[in-house]
Amino acid sequence: MVLELAKPRPIWQIMFSTHHTDVGLLYLITSLAFLFLGGTLALAIRAELFLPNIEGTGQIIVDSMTFNRIFTVHGTTLIFLFIIPFASAVGNYFVPIMVRYKDMAYPKLNAIAFWMIPPGGALIWLGFADFTWYAQPPYSIISAPGPAADMWIFGLKILGISSVLGAINFIVTILKCKHPDMSIGQVPLLAWSFLATSLIILVAIPTFAAALLMLLTDRLGVSGFFNPAMGGDPIAYSHLFWFTFHPEVYVLVIPAIGMMYEIIPRFSRKPIYSYNSGVFAFVLLSMVAFSSWAHHMFATGMSFTEKTVFMIGTLAAVPASAMHVFNFVATMWNGRIKFSTPMMWAVGGIALFFAAGAGGVVNSAMPLDFSTHDSYWVVGHFHLFVMGTIAFGSIGYLYYMFPYVTGRMYNETMGKIHFFLSFVGTILVFFTQHVLGLYGMPRRVFDYPPIPEWIAMNQIASVGAMIIGVSMAIFLYNMIYSSGKGKLADTDDPFGLGGKYYYPFESKTPHHTGY
Amino acid sequence: MSGHSNWPEWIYVAIVIALMAWVGAEAWEAERLVEHIPADAEVIKVTGQQWFWTFEHEDGTKEIGELHVEVGKAYKFEIMSKDVIHSFNIHDYVVLMDAIPGRINTVWFAPTDVGSFDIQCREYCGLIHYNMRGTLYVEEPSA
Ligand code: HEM
Ligand SMILES: [Cu+2]
Ligand SMILES: [Cu+2]
Repeated sequence: MVLELAKPRPIWQIMFSTHHTDVGLLYLITSLAFLFLGGTLALAIRAELFLPNIEGTGQIIVDSMTFNRIFTVHGTTLIFLFIIPFASAVGNYFVPIMVRYKDMAYPKLNAIAFWMIPPGGALIWLGFADFTWYAQPPYSIISAPGPAADMWIFGLKILGISSVLGAINFIVTILKCKHPDMSIGQVPLLAWSFLATSLIILVAIPTFAAALLMLLTDRLGVSGFFNPAMGGDPIAYSHLFWFTFHPEVYVLVIPAIGMMYEIIPRFSRKPIYSYNSGVFAFVLLSMVAFSSWAHHMFATGMSFTEKTVFMIGTLAAVPASAMHVFNFVATMWNGRIKFSTPMMWAVGGIALFFAAGAGGVVNSAMPLDFSTHDSYWVVGHFHLFVMGTIAFGSIGYLYYMFPYVTGRMYNETMGKIHFFLSFVGTILVFFTQHVLGLYGMPRRVFDYPPIPEWIAMNQIASVGAMIIGVSMAIFLYNMIYSSGKGKLADTDDPFGLGGKYYYPFESKTPHHTGY
Repeated sequence: MSGHSNWPEWIYVAIVIALMAWVGAEAWEAERLVEHIPADAEVIKVTGQQWFWTFEHEDGTKEIGELHVEVGKAYKFEIMSKDVIHSFNIHDYVVLMDAIPGRINTVWFAPTDVGSFDIQCREYCGLIHYNMRGTLYVEEPSA
């Protein structure tokens, strides 16, 4: 593994480097910067919703349009500028090492893919559009103001291309550059997660890329694909959008699961319960991911038969997610578990993953979805994934890779406090939002009527968000302080787990070795 | 790569699949019943536009932001939009259907309780989406 900060180098050497760990470091720093930027917007949203606005009290954000812009940029940022680049950071660091190759297959392409992210991010932030992260026509054609919307479209276009380039690189690195002594059945599960994810990206993204172009020409008034006033159909956009973005939710979650597959066996001091089951679940999920997209559209007036088809498609994907949970629990079973910070994040993330999946099943059952759809329930549902599962897995992994990247240890006590506060905060915010949805509160609202239950639940959620905010400040301090001044890490075994780390390719008999 | 037997996982997967099949079957059956619109349902035309709801009864009377209906009767909403997508929602009666320009969506309900209930918009539609609200009044039949 590489030590980045032990021998400081001038920043431009890292910036112009094409080496996979340098590009990984750039991805890492960029994604964390956007985590904090996007998180700040979330705090603004929660502050506004703490109280309903009654005669000048309770209002914090100047007007509803600003609020709408804030939640749009919040969502866009955390999905496209935190989760995805963070996964790329981890992939860049570890995939070449795991397949025993000197670098990514195409180092220059790799650097180019990274360097598309800052301009993409800048377009989104400078534009500050208001049409939510799915830019639904005809609102996005006839109602969304000015250059902001166009900048968002171009920003996403750039980020989409960056994703596709990254995906090509991962696929070639894993399939073509892996060490000849290694079979594909020996590639660690984290690398498998990138293979599965990259394949989904290649199939899913082009559809949205097309939809974005059509949206742009519709906005220019030279076409009417999605504009009913010109004979178009806005629901066609929804299909194109969700054909990309339902699979994309697995693009977000699969690498986080892969990271947990690194952490859980290590800290349980046991081999993975079933490597094959992990691979199988990844591959299965990347196929069934494409059969469920219209579960986002049950309320658009689809026929009974259409709804049934997409409900079945959605339910079919559940076993492939549930298998991971089993695998994790079975791996921990009877293990000599060491609850260091990375392990706590991983285990907490698995618990929230399970809860999130259970809620997802409720959404899938068509009659129930008419209660939950476009209410705060949905906000709670996907945040248990994006925050509870993906951010938890990612942050756990960041603590895990910290000594390898910096050569120093983070402060363990602060890491644990960070975890506990975030875990409690996440439950307060997102479990409460599920219930709030059942009480009928719509999502994406700047203000709400003073219904006592709504006020109470919004306050619980806002307090939870502030707790997460505090924990993230501790996290930031810990990362910055420890990377310069933390105590030196024993990079052979920074977590004091004993034994040697075994990947499947390193063992002669894959089970029961080493530990 | 099997060092140990995997039967617990097979049982687990079987249970998950069985659960999903059960959820799917129940949902299918419930939705099928829910979607069966009674033949005598009275039609109410619902129009969404930025940022209010208009209702037109069968006899031609119109209401804005308020809707008066009679308890125990069945009503069929024909929902449309004049501008962008909205979503017509009476949460207490699980009435939720998008109002989409260029098409007419239908959903029905039969109010069981006298009283007033919130009507709201559940799909983001811009500036005043948060306050695109109305009230449903369910009343005793007028003799
Ligand atoms: C057990 C697996 C899952 C099931 C059964 C499931 C089911 C659903 C359903 C039916 C909806 C539509 C709800 C509605 O709008 O009424 C939904 C929304 C959503 N889900 Fe999931 N889901 C699952 C996993 C995931 C994962 C892993 C992620 C993300 C990493 C995710 C992210 C989302 C997002 C972002 C939305 C809403 C997007 C929006 O409306 O803005 N879901 N899910
Ligand atoms: Cu989905
Ligand atoms: Cu609305």
